[in-house]
Amino acid sequence: METKILVRLSRRTFLRSLAIGGGYLCVFSAGWLRPVKLFAAEWNQAAFEAKVLADTLKGIGALSVSDSDQIQLKAPEIAENGAIVPVEITSKIPGTQAIYIIADKNPQPLVAIFELEPNLEPYISTRIKMGESSKVRVLIRAGGKFYMATQEVKVTIGGCGG
Amino acid sequence: MADTMKIRAQLQGDVADVKVLMFHPMETGLRKDPISGEIIPLHFIQRVIAALNGKTVMDAQWSRAVSKNPFVNFRIRGARAGDKVSVSWEDNMGAQASIETMLS
Repeated sequence: METKILVRLSRRTFLRSLAIGGGYLCVFSAGWLRPVKLFAAEWNQAAFEAKVLADTLKGIGALSVSDSDQIQLKAPEIAENGAIVPVEITSKIPGTQAIYIIADKNPQPLVAIFELEPNLEPYISTRIKMGESSKVRVLIRAGGKFYMATQEVKVTIGGCGG
Repeated sequence: MADTMKIRAQLQGDVADVKVLMFHPMETGLRKDPISGEIIPLHFIQRVIAALNGKTVMDAQWSRAVSKNPFVNFRIRGARAGDKVSVSWEDNMGAQASIETMLS
């Protein structure tokens, strides 16, 4: 009998200590232990939610853009599956600071922005979704100016709805 | 975090070639559930940060138009054996994950 009570008591204390500990854990995770500060910079809502190219360009601050043959854009001419379109970008423009990927006819054209520190090679390879055949556009920001390369990608099966 | 991300980094000279795979549905908010017929809510990775020894080298913002289970390949200059490469993401619902690997 005695041992039983002891066990019960200790279990209660154990549960209580768990609850207190849990409380501390919550306080910590809500505060500075969560790696939130890592993502403190803004997500460019205006640019991402733009529905037409002109607004996308305005959203990223690309008021004037010049074509450049110093940007290598590798994407398939025909993409059988619009859900997975491989895109590879290499910039030879000195001082490349950011790479923007845009699919003109997607419901929201801007696909991604990559801000690069100087020790990152001006190269990104990724996979994007395309709703329909369209131009894929890559913008490079270097020294505050914007440069562009485009390629037409024909999509057999769209990759946005379904 | 092995089930949310995979990373592979190869050192070629002083350049680290990093390939990352993130397991995420990347829902566009346009798709319907084939059984219930209801729209599957928008759910996508918004932010991706890569770092070398804790210092940011790439800071990316994404839309829902990055493919499901996103893949990214990038290259870091001035990397050495023993350096740590980490990649973290956050989605529009506040979920986060990160992975780290040591260059060898």
